Amino acid sequence: MNKLNLDNKLITSCRKYAKSIAKDVQDYINKHSTVSVERTVLRLLGIEGVDKFDVPLVNRLVDDVKENGDLSLGVSIYIASALKANNKNLTEYLDYYLSNNVSLTDNKLVNKNEVDKILRLYYKKSLTKIKKNRDLRTKLINKYGERKTELYVIVATGNIDEDVLQAQEAARAGADIVAVIRSTGQSLLDYVPYGKTTEGFGGTYATQENFKIMRLALDEVGNELNRYIKLVNYASGLCMPEIAAMGALERLDVLLNDSMYGIIFRDINMKRTFIDQYFSRMLNAYSGIIINTGEDNYLTTSDAVLEAHTVTASQFINEGFALEAKLKPELMGLGHAFEINPNIENSFLLEIAQAQLSRELFPKAPLKYMPPTKHINGNIFRAYQQNAMFNIVTNLTEQKIHLLGMMTEAIHTPFISDRYLAIKNAEMIQKSMKSLTDEITYKKDGFIQKRANEVLENAHMLLKQIDKDGMFKTLANGVFAETKRAEDAGKGLDGVFKKSNDYINVVSDRLEAYFNEN
Amino acid sequence: MKIRPYGDTLNDGATQVSFTLPIELSAKAIQAAKELAKKMGLINPSVVHSEKIGKNFSFFIIYGALNANVDIDKIKVTEIKKTSKSQKEIEEMIKTNFERELIFVGASTGTDAHTVGIDAIMNMKGFDGHYGLERYQGIKAYNLGSQVNNEDFIKIARDKKADVLLVSQTVTQKDVHLKNLVELVELLESENLRDKVILIAGGARINHELAKELGYDAGFGPGNYAEDVALFAIEELIKRKEG
Ligand code: B12
Repeated sequence: MNKLNLDNKLITSCRKYAKSIAKDVQDYINKHSTVSVERTVLRLLGIEGVDKFDVPLVNRLVDDVKENGDLSLGVSIYIASALKANNKNLTEYLDYYLSNNVSLTDNKLVNKNEVDKILRLYYKKSLTKIKKNRDLRTKLINKYGERKTELYVIVATGNIDEDVLQAQEAARAGADIVAVIRSTGQSLLDYVPYGKTTEGFGGTYATQENFKIMRLALDEVGNELNRYIKLVNYASGLCMPEIAAMGALERLDVLLNDSMYGIIFRDINMKRTFIDQYFSRMLNAYSGIIINTGEDNYLTTSDAVLEAHTVTASQFINEGFALEAKLKPELMGLGHAFEINPNIENSFLLEIAQAQLSRELFPKAPLKYMPPTKHINGNIFRAYQQNAMFNIVTNLTEQKIHLLGMMTEAIHTPFISDRYLAIKNAEMIQKSMKSLTDEITYKKDGFIQKRANEVLENAHMLLKQIDKDGMFKTLANGVFAETKRAEDAGKGLDGVFKKSNDYINVVSDRLEAYFNEN
Repeated sequence: MKIRPYGDTLNDGATQVSFTLPIELSAKAIQAAKELAKKMGLINPSVVHSEKIGKNFSFFIIYGALNANVDIDKIKVTEIKKTSKSQKEIEEMIKTNFERELIFVGASTGTDAHTVGIDAIMNMKGFDGHYGLERYQGIKAYNLGSQVNNEDFIKIARDKKADVLLVSQTVTQKDVHLKNLVELVELLESENLRDKVILIAGGARINHELAKELGYDAGFGPGNYAEDVALFAIEELIKRKEG
């Protein structure tokens, strides 16, 4: 695939800078952990549920250590010590913990090298389950096959039962991937709500039970249709790694898991986010979950023509972070979007250049291509046309994950008919233009080639600058999405802590060993 | 003057509607759609397209002639006239009427994370070629960003001695915006601040009528820019100063 005549040296140099940028942050990440990382460890030991005040047990336990012990050691050693000192298994201990006025820190700490031995049995159970999920996914995809470009729609009713109905109908209409949008505000909760939910705003709460319910529904309809329907949710927020763990346990297939989305669009502290995304992505890598990144969103706050290179630069950086977390290119669903003002002359050509550029820079990645949103207004007929143009570019540039645009984008979260009409729009274009891309080359040094090379050059310059400034300063300067975030501002910083030399995280130790072996 | 929708002949009432029914497509379903159209007041509705869009869902497009009409002369709306005043003229107005800078504090409040609307009004850069309030001489604009809860918003407004409060709301599902907007008014009242500020709401689904109903001084939807908001606020401040 080489239609743009890109400069390979420049691409290699972009990767070099991105690697160095990610490495620099990774050095910081390696020295730190967060409350959500620790809660994730507990979840993977098999702890779930809430206490009588609806506080998730994992929150209670980590807060307990934070208040009464030394969290810089990690929560692993405290759990191991509690089990040993009380001579109880995990279930017994949790019963005892909840019904007596005790602290997780009441016990004499075990020797560091005993921790893994005591806890292995618990996390192994979860990791085995995740591995089974991964194998089953592979098996089903091999059995049913997969479309070259997969149609992705969202459901967002707020009520998981209604979501199920809509998701199944979407699959019957032709959707390959269904995302359940989260309720407004969930990303700022420093805990994951528990149980089935039927009330949300602008989306439905991401809970493990809701994941389970939707997985079952999609398997059911997939079985009916002889297709594997993929399930998507969103990790970004204060509970990134916890949601990644829940997603792995319930066989989600795709997770929004950007290294910067939470910082830029939810004002979550950057240190918190970087540490969380790392552990979260390690889990994604282990569970075979495709990550989706959020570069497309930059173009909703900044201009899609002037700032196109920030998307490209960010894709390289997200790739850099993903590699640090041992994600394979096949799991990197890097994001980009069709967001140029359609009233600009030749905007369609600019879109082709941008989309083809992403395709050629990341040939193995299951790219996530977002539809027009910002320049959609209440004129649904105009929106339908914009979406058709977007669908054409998707096919011409061979994108993998094709988020369908809704004609009612400017009005409400999708109605069932909006989704249906969007699927039919995409299918007509997919079918009628099936081999068009094979017939097309772009004129040497023509408009499209020139534009793509220009964006790449600008991205290269930006990456060079970021490498010089470092990521923290770059975000403070508002380079992405024209949104400035200070290093020590934003939500969730109080949940970040420096690891002691004796810090233990039994799950990440195990995962690292696994990645080294495989 | 009484009017009806126009297709190709005056007063033909030509109207199109589309909707989904939660039943399988069948002759009965098509008839049901037609009956519904009649109940909407369409004469001779014709189901020009029907399609199965799911196991238990069918979709219809219908054309018909609307029976109803309205007397356009009897319709009253409260709207804010779009200003023809320029930034310069507005700055001049401030200079002649006030000896100090006017303080505008704005935010996208509650759990709402959408900033593009409030930024369009407040930030230097503005929107669609209309500069934002930060660029106005005589105005000190504080844009607090998004996800600002009402309590914090009020606290900052008090600290900054705000003359004008600008609230943006974008997410409207299940009427979250209404709850949030009303809560702000109640909090302001309980802190005896409501009368001391000009309170303005804005967003894609906000209009002046709705904002007034909720206890705001004004509401601005799409197509409004910094100068519209500035002029309204300043005229109001002058009125209050004189009144
Ligand atoms: C950009 C965008 C985003 C960006 C926002 C980035 C940012 N920093 O702002 C991102 C990707 C982050 C985003 C997230 C979400 N979004 Co959004 N988003 C949009 C989008 C595409 C454009 C909105 C926009 O920027 N418009 C441009 C601005 C300039 O227009 P405006 O806000 O109307 O502002 C004008 C006027 O209204 C007025 N104005 C606005 N505010 C104010 C205030 C005052 C005081 C005044 C005087 C005037 C004024 O002046 C402006 C200029 O004329 C719309 C779809 C669309 N095309 O409208 C969806 C949309 C608004 N989003 C939607 C949703 C549901 C969400 C999420 C809740 C989804 C989720 N569950 O995660 C999240 C938000 C989570 C949260 N906590 O809020 C829905 C809302 C549905 C509804 N009616 O409730 C929409 C309509 C999309 C859809 N169809 O589903 N979104």
